Amino acid sequence: MFARSSALVFSPQWGQVRNMATLKDITIRLKSIKNIQKITKSMKMVAAAKYARAERQLKPARVYGTGALALYEKADIKAPEEKAAKHVIIGVTSDRGLCGAIHSGVAKTIKSEIANLTGAGKEVMVINVGDKLKALLHRTHGKHIMLNCKEIGRKPPTFGDASVIAAELLNSGYEFDQGSVIFNRFRSVISYKTDQKPIYSIDTVANSESMGIYDDIDADVLRNYQEFTLVNIIYLALRESSTSEQSARMTAMDSASNNASEMIDKLTLTFNRTRQAVITKELIEIISGAAALN
Amino acid sequence: MMAARFLRRALPVLRQTRCYAEAASGAPQMSFTFASPTQVYFREASVKQVDVPTLTGAFGILPAHVPTLQVLRPGVVTVFNEDGSSAKYFVSSGSVTVNADSSVQLLAEEAFPLDQLDIAAARANLEKAQADLSGTTDEAARAEVQISIEANEAIVKALE
Repeated sequence: MFARSSALVFSPQWGQVRNMATLKDITIRLKSIKNIQKITKSMKMVAAAKYARAERQLKPARVYGTGALALYEKADIKAPEEKAAKHVIIGVTSDRGLCGAIHSGVAKTIKSEIANLTGAGKEVMVINVGDKLKALLHRTHGKHIMLNCKEIGRKPPTFGDASVIAAELLNSGYEFDQGSVIFNRFRSVISYKTDQKPIYSIDTVANSESMGIYDDIDADVLRNYQEFTLVNIIYLALRESSTSEQSARMTAMDSASNNASEMIDKLTLTFNRTRQAVITKELIEIISGAAALN
Repeated sequence: MMAARFLRRALPVLRQTRCYAEAASGAPQMSFTFASPTQVYFREASVKQVDVPTLTGAFGILPAHVPTLQVLRPGVVTVFNEDGSSAKYFVSSGSVTVNADSSVQLLAEEAFPLDQLDIAAARANLEKAQADLSGTTDEAARAEVQISIEANEAIVKALE
């Protein structure tokens, strides 16, 4: 008898744990999701405005950047394969998140590049442009990181920013032979692609075979020219990256707002059902109470 | 008669004459790209001639110019279009590349058409920079002031 009664005592507890949310809980949840939706909608508007401006500024920057890279393509400059080259990788993203797979794409490419190069016995150092990239690479590849740049992404990138980065690289004392800039190239509002552009050191360019056809170049001119080209390539990467980031953020916030709308719809339905259930329960109690009295 | 003509044509080859380079018959057009980080002035355009101010002196670039790389100094770039008209721009610094296929990339850090520059402001800046030069002793600051002087002098000279 006792065993049976104790069993009866236990079961209601388990029944109560799977609690149907009270009206209050649902209301709180609904309010918070509506706030989130407002925020993501406004973030989308802001990102759309910034994207429009970034894309406008990208057009001349692209002509400028491809002009700077034209020499490398036409003169077919390649770094010498044989000697153990020192590499530098400049990864360009930004400080802020909520923009989809922007940062992780660049980080993934950098990690695979580091793996390839260290596998081939070459030395690699990485420059992070953007805090998010630092956070992603810091733990696993901390010893390859040479330089970190922050305050990227808040304002549109300028030529001055690119020249600061290039100056730091050149003054760092790391004598690299070649390298690459890894960034997200903007393709369209909904798509971007992680891309690489090569950079070469002054010696590599000077010793390249096809440089012979270029007339009247002395070391000083070539050094200035190379430094300028480096800044140009970094500038192009910054612009492309910024445009990709804004378009990705716009897309991400848009889908977040849509998801929030869906949740709001579902919750509203649940709320109405719960409300009706509460009213029905009260009615039943009243009626059965009245019936018991009669 | 055919044989004679053939012989006459063959003779130059036998004589190994040296002649001037081929005239620009079907020579590549100059594909001229002139841009600053924020603005594009010419994009793979076909122009007749471009005069550029470089660290080693000013020179004019025509189609089929010998390939070269140069660094710009503050000065005026003059572009002569196919139809004879010319346009002048002031550039602060940058680089110019002439490739073997006659394409020219003129990348200027800052470039503006001359009519957008104010000579009075340039003169005022020049005087201020010259006054600053005597005041500064730090080498980096001196270099900056000297750059400012050079640029402003070039602007004033261009606008006069």
